[in-house]
Amino acid sequence: MNRPRLVMVGNGMAGVRTLEELLGLAPDLYDIQVFGAEPHPNYNRILLTPVLAGEQQLEDIVLNDFDWYRQNGIRLHAGRSVVRIDRARRLVIADDGTEAVYDRLLLATGSRPCIPPLPGHELHGVTGYRDIADTHTMLEAAERYRHAVVIGGGLLGLEAANGLRQRGMQVTVVHRGDWLLERQLDREAGTLLQQTLEARGLGFRLAAHTERLLGDKNGRVRAVCLRDGTQLAAELVVVATGIRPNSELAEAAGLPCRRGILVSDTLQTYDPRIYAVGECASHRGISYGLVAPLFEQARVCATHLARLGIGRYTGSLLSTRLKVSGIDLYSAGEYAGGEGTRSILLRDPVGGVYRKLVLRADRLVGACLYGDSSDSGWYQRLIREGASIAGFRDRLMFGEALAHREIHHVE
Amino acid sequence: MSSERRTTASTCCYCGVGCGVLIEHDGSRILGVRGDPEHPANLGRLCSKGASLHLTGGLEHRALHPQLRLGKTLGRTRTDWPSALEHAAERFTATIREHGPQSVAFYVSGQLLTEDYYAFNKLARALIGTPNIDSNSRLCMSSAVVGYKRSLGADAPPCSYEDVELADCVLIIGANPAFAHPVLFRRLETAKAQRPQMRVIVVDPRRTDSCELADLHLALQPGTDVALLHGLLHILLRDERIDTAFIAEHTEGFAALQSLVQEYPPERVSQLCGLDMAQLEQAAHWIGTATRFLSLWCMGLNQSSSGSAKNSALINLHLATGQIGRPGAGPFSLTGQPNAMGGRETGTLANLLPGHREADNAEHRAELARYWGVDSLPGAGLSAVELFEAVAEGRIRALWIACTNPAQSMPDQQRIHDALAACPFVVVQEAFAGTETCAYADLLLPAASWGEKEGTVTNSERRVSHVRKAVPPPGDARPDWAIVCDFARRLEQRLRPGLPSLFDFDSPQALFQEFTPLTAGRDLDYAGLSYTLLDALGPQQWPFPAGARQGTPRLYSDRRFPTPSGRARFIAEPYRAVLEMPEPPFPWLLNTGRLRDQWHGMSRTGTAAQAFGHAPEPLLGIHPDDLANLGLHEGDLVRVSSRRGSLVLPVQGDAGLRPGHTWLPMHWGDRFLRGLGTNVLTQPGFDPLSRQPELKLSGVALEPADLPWRLFALVEGIGLSHLDALRPLLVEFPYVSLGLLGRERTALVIRAARAEAPPQSWLMQLDRTLALHEPLLAYEDPEAGISKRLRLEQGRLTAVRLAGEVLARDWLMQVWREGQPVDVPHQQLLAPLAAPEGRQAATDRLVCNCLNVSASAILAGLQQGLDLSALQRELRCGTQCGSCLPEIRRMVSAP
Repeated sequence: MNRPRLVMVGNGMAGVRTLEELLGLAPDLYDIQVFGAEPHPNYNRILLTPVLAGEQQLEDIVLNDFDWYRQNGIRLHAGRSVVRIDRARRLVIADDGTEAVYDRLLLATGSRPCIPPLPGHELHGVTGYRDIADTHTMLEAAERYRHAVVIGGGLLGLEAANGLRQRGMQVTVVHRGDWLLERQLDREAGTLLQQTLEARGLGFRLAAHTERLLGDKNGRVRAVCLRDGTQLAAELVVVATGIRPNSELAEAAGLPCRRGILVSDTLQTYDPRIYAVGECASHRGISYGLVAPLFEQARVCATHLARLGIGRYTGSLLSTRLKVSGIDLYSAGEYAGGEGTRSILLRDPVGGVYRKLVLRADRLVGACLYGDSSDSGWYQRLIREGASIAGFRDRLMFGEALAHREIHHVE
Repeated sequence: MSSERRTTASTCCYCGVGCGVLIEHDGSRILGVRGDPEHPANLGRLCSKGASLHLTGGLEHRALHPQLRLGKTLGRTRTDWPSALEHAAERFTATIREHGPQSVAFYVSGQLLTEDYYAFNKLARALIGTPNIDSNSRLCMSSAVVGYKRSLGADAPPCSYEDVELADCVLIIGANPAFAHPVLFRRLETAKAQRPQMRVIVVDPRRTDSCELADLHLALQPGTDVALLHGLLHILLRDERIDTAFIAEHTEGFAALQSLVQEYPPERVSQLCGLDMAQLEQAAHWIGTATRFLSLWCMGLNQSSSGSAKNSALINLHLATGQIGRPGAGPFSLTGQPNAMGGRETGTLANLLPGHREADNAEHRAELARYWGVDSLPGAGLSAVELFEAVAEGRIRALWIACTNPAQSMPDQQRIHDALAACPFVVVQEAFAGTETCAYADLLLPAASWGEKEGTVTNSERRVSHVRKAVPPPGDARPDWAIVCDFARRLEQRLRPGLPSLFDFDSPQALFQEFTPLTAGRDLDYAGLSYTLLDALGPQQWPFPAGARQGTPRLYSDRRFPTPSGRARFIAEPYRAVLEMPEPPFPWLLNTGRLRDQWHGMSRTGTAAQAFGHAPEPLLGIHPDDLANLGLHEGDLVRVSSRRGSLVLPVQGDAGLRPGHTWLPMHWGDRFLRGLGTNVLTQPGFDPLSRQPELKLSGVALEPADLPWRLFALVEGIGLSHLDALRPLLVEFPYVSLGLLGRERTALVIRAARAEAPPQSWLMQLDRTLALHEPLLAYEDPEAGISKRLRLEQGRLTAVRLAGEVLARDWLMQVWREGQPVDVPHQQLLAPLAAPEGRQAATDRLVCNCLNVSASAILAGLQQGLDLSALQRELRCGTQCGSCLPEIRRMVSAP
């Protein structure tokens, strides 16, 4: 009897993780084909940052090599983009005309940098920071040029800036916000982060807006003009001002999308044969860009594909880490505080540590840790579980071990 | 000025042992101090207090310039001496003219030198004609004065320190010489080590460190000393251990006493005193069989509503056994101040006149009036408690306080503070600007202090020493006698214009020369002494009449007593209970006493961080069983209240106390313990004869103080000068204790508590006041009322401010004391941990202050199996001044 056919569009971490989970649950259930736009097997995109920084090699970050696909009977179409989904015929068509019929379709198309249409954005030396190709662009520039500007002081931008600095470039980060990572850190932590990075030689322009990019006679970028008139020399400009889910394919196939492919708690799209996971999906209004939520989605999606039908994905607690070696930060939940919340703070300016825990009544609802995130797993759990911390509020800041230790009162 | 290091021989300014000190200085600053091996009182020894004299009284603590305020609500401003003293003379003149001479009063001190005393007494009685001059010796020695005078005929301790070494049986009653007279205690320790058969009996409700030397400790019910002493005499009579020949030939009044003590059989006495009959028998046996019996006493007998009776009952024992006037025998009163004796000699108490004369004796008055060249002298005046009562009632309207701190030391402090606040004109002549009393001064006159002035003092064994000046006084400060004489000459121009000056003294020596002839022919005759002679022969014991070649080590060796009959008198007075028996609603008994390293009201010792090492904070001692019954733990805050006031402070278990008793050091004043200090609780009721208040015993109530919001701060590099700024911030705290800590590095320490967290802005103000500037380690939980700040400098902890929760206080203090770079994760410092991971919580304190050895180090040594000599060898503790030896022995012998 013919096995049902599962086709996956996209060969990134969320999708392949779903396959791995599925193979664990029901190894022989599907006949699987994978289309990947990049010519590589699945690699750990998160580790592009250490590659850029020279801390790891490309081959170190491959998660599933070509053998893995072969051993699991998966047909991989590497370097082939799917251009159309024909829902009526239940098949996908790739850019080279390859067609694949599906019984189940898994969309894991990811996202791409959102490069604003600044004058000059098409110049050579202007790049996003998403994949191995972008990383190559940046590494080549670092060998030949001196000045880089990173537009966007979010996680990706800072990782790129740090990597380029470690490759020897003079790097300035141009950021619209009043402090770095303003969507992940409060001002105090953001300022501490900036100080640390400045000490490593990075330059910052905060509350700054890029007006346009200037090119040289060869069509290569040479400078970045800010709204206040400042010109920053730049032979490399990395734009990291945000990402955009790759949902065009789904949209063209008539699947409802709103800043991502809309999925249910079972990760199914409007068409129940079609699933979507990862950065391309929009679940309860959120497109997740971090790896942990994507893996949670993968687990739920796999159980449904495996016809077990157990598990619901109800959303993930967003938390942040910056993959810059030597910088330890973490934030989660309502890290910025707000109405009805109370905060507990710890500052160690000598040790470069700042920790803020945000409470609503007796529950931990947010955390922002800088310089020492050693208890972030515990905080994450407390936030997620919403348990009362009243019994150990005074020790909450100092980690799980102490919170559970018998306290001998001297009073 | 030469910067060469020089040495000047002088005396210690603390207790009545009167040790000789060698002051090391460069002619302008005092650099060090050593015991004077030539001085007969100490033969080179010093105690922990004396040995750290040079660390006390830094310039920042001194009154340096005259300061005057013209209204009670105004601040004082600096002025010069002529303006200050003219103003004082004007105010005194106006008060005397309007309200009579009795409306002015002088309250002086046993720390003044004999010459200062004499000048004050002459000023009050001869020039002004007020009888109202009393001394803080009233709080200290006046019961002993009465005891000696009525039993023996004169106020003269008959013994010498060497008698401590010669005695076979030493009775220490109501004294803790291990703490209060350490050098004398060292002599006793040495003697007992050489002659272990010597018997030492300690009578004290509390098991003090003096008990470490005791063969027998009689922990009697407080205030029952008269019953005990009568009971001992009862047994001696029963056993015929009395000296009938001595009684017959040299005493009178025995029959009345004999019939009185029949009422004190051992059964009754053991009940009254709470002692075993066997203990009574043992004590009586040792006393009765001793060849040489000596007794030593101090505040335990004197600060009592029956202080005179206690003194006489003790002297009765000596008379009945003939144990007086011989080496190693006699009733030997220890004095608490360096020159309490000098005050008695110069008659500077309300009821005395110079030369052991009586103010109520018309002949004595006439004699003195003739000598001083005035028409008449007033009779007896108001004693300390009555004097301040008169101030409170407005009968005394100008008060001159010199060298003492009544706003700390008097009983019933609320009344004293009210009186001082209400007095129209208060002059405070003082070396230390920070005392509680200085706050009430309308005129503050800066006085010279230890090492800066010349004169004489008389110690407990009647030994007169020449006190020499090593360095000039700082700023505008002047010797006390000079201030008095300058003021007196200005006052004379107003009160007796045109007449020759009574105060034509240009030196302390001139005062001494006018005073000593007044002793001639009297019991204390030291007309033969002069500065020159003292310099040639060294300190001498009176009597030392004109023409004498040496002093008198022992009185009454001829068995003649200075009474009209020449016989000593037995005094038969029954036991009377203390004024406040512990009963509801004040069912606990509060006893007060001394710490080892603090002295009196802490005017001087309170300025040296090192003096706080042994007992860093005010604690209320209570028996551990009582603690458990009350459901309290060590360190819990209690409110202790008497009929007069209340204090909040932490409790400390002390198995050396009797159940039902509490104990508090008398040193803590309002400066260090909010709420007017220890004496806000104590008893102003006094002995009818000596008029010495019953400071030792008060009824109190205890209740847990529910003040969960705690504050602890330790800030290196700031000191008592911050107290003025801190005090207003701490007004709303029911519990505040302040202190110093450290040695080379010193810190100010604050402990406080209140019911609820203060507003956040308050903490910011506190941090500003404490100079706690960023960057600081911080922990903030405003909703829980918790806020902590720590300062690290070069990795070393230099400031701690814990608010809301202070669990980590003790080990952070330890971290600070160790002074090493912090080796635990910084966050642990901010955690609510009594000790970091893998370490023990340590409430530590210094035991050996000379060599900086802590209790924890000694305990660690004991755990390794070290004995006393091994501890001394390994840690060196107790090898310098020896003041800590009784405590180390106690630790060694503890189970």
